[in-house]
Amino acid sequence: MNFILNLVAAIGAVVLGTVEFVGELGLFAISGVSHIFRPPYYPRLIGRSLMEIGFYSLPVVALTALFTGMVLALQSYTGFSRFNAESAIASIVVLSVTRELGPVLAGLMVSGRAGAAMAAELGTMRVTDQIDALSTLSTDPMKYLVAPRLLAGVIAMPLLVCIADILGVMGGFLVSTEKLGFTPDTYLISTFSHLRTEDVVSGLIKAAVFGFVISLMGSFNGYRSKGGAQGVGAATTSAVVTASILILALDYILTQVLFVK
Amino acid sequence: MTQPKIRIRGLKKAFGEKKVLDGVDLDVMPGTGMVVIGGSGSGKSVLIKSIIGLVTPDAGVIEIDGEDVLKAPRGRARELRAQIGMLFQNGALFDSLPVWENVTFGLLAQKKIRRAAARGKAIEVLAQVGLAENVAALSPSELSGGMQKRVALARAIASEPAIMFFDEPTTGLDPIMGAVIDELIVDCVKRLGSTSIAITHDMASAQRIGDQAAMLYEGRVCWSGKAEELMTSTDPVVDQFTHGRPHGPIKMALRR
Repeated sequence: MNFILNLVAAIGAVVLGTVEFVGELGLFAISGVSHIFRPPYYPRLIGRSLMEIGFYSLPVVALTALFTGMVLALQSYTGFSRFNAESAIASIVVLSVTRELGPVLAGLMVSGRAGAAMAAELGTMRVTDQIDALSTLSTDPMKYLVAPRLLAGVIAMPLLVCIADILGVMGGFLVSTEKLGFTPDTYLISTFSHLRTEDVVSGLIKAAVFGFVISLMGSFNGYRSKGGAQGVGAATTSAVVTASILILALDYILTQVLFVK
Repeated sequence: MTQPKIRIRGLKKAFGEKKVLDGVDLDVMPGTGMVVIGGSGSGKSVLIKSIIGLVTPDAGVIEIDGEDVLKAPRGRARELRAQIGMLFQNGALFDSLPVWENVTFGLLAQKKIRRAAARGKAIEVLAQVGLAENVAALSPSELSGGMQKRVALARAIASEPAIMFFDEPTTGLDPIMGAVIDELIVDCVKRLGSTSIAITHDMASAQRIGDQAAMLYEGRVCWSGKAEELMTSTDPVVDQFTHGRPHGPIKMALRR
């Protein structure tokens, strides 16, 4: 009997904890978004966050996209050559990269780099009283620290994914023309003949949502971290893990919403 | 009779089961330096964080100039609290900003100064805490502990606040630097005519910067009087604390 009661209590604690977490996260997100639209605005901080999230993540996102496009071409060739469907490789590469792999892989990479840095920075500010100090200096920390990061995430990720899309396609092009015997003209014609505007747009919508999620989880976990260095470490880990899981889950939901037969 | 600058009545705050403040009553008269002493975890920091709005009390009254900040509309409470400057225990300087931007941060946020004039203003305020002009361009991480405290003090006094809070201002400093910081605090508070509350464990510092003193024990003010009477108080709790006696009414949890 005790075992059952303990089990129910444990399940209840998990459910309550989850509800509390989701509630806190929801209120934090609403507050953060509302501060984006209300003055004062901090253009310098938005610019700084754009550099942190966008520019400094560019190398890792670019390399990931390039190699993903290259691998995709090789793997597609392995499978498609068994059905004499090698000509579909270009369209498979471009559709996979623009609709799916570009935004998801860029999201995971940016989460690991910029999301972690965001959580560590805000977490350190929290445990060293810098966030409290902001409040005592007539500055709302949500407006000063969180809103610029949320906005920068939504702007920077689509820009990164545009570049990732181009480099991913270029990776496939390089492997297909240099190693698999495609002519450049044939490959490019095949690529663009199957690509529609909505393929790219759906990827960019995903990117904007993922950018918001990365900034939200980095800010949220950093903002409420406690307990010194260990707390900051835990906040950083949690920011990356929760953002990565949310990106993968939201990817399915958005794919379903944006699905075109 | 003069109205207290800060009046606190029945202030309560609990974190879970732990009652940190359990009915604190305290009056701080205008222009007075109040020192709050008490053991670690006695609620000193929670007390000043409640006044400044960083912690929401469970019950009680906090009046500034006769207005209850806990019941005032949000905008009015913000106005009342805007007259408070605070020196944090570890300085809490913004790592990402140079010293001059740290010092003028509040002035820029309140639009009391234009950005172009901020550097000059910062140099002026830094001089008041004994720091040279070249410090303005440095990053907080390039400063020693004592210099960080001075910059934090400069930031706290830059907007010439009517009320100042000092959270353990001499913690982590050597005795000479601690005395220097105390002297600067007294100078700044007197020059601005501010009302101040300092919390500290350092009895020498308490007597240097305080006119009045109060001791927090078991969530309440158990003693209050003149700061100069701290070391001669016959109250057994104050006597044990100020003289650092291991035995007495204050029970410390020791594991043997």
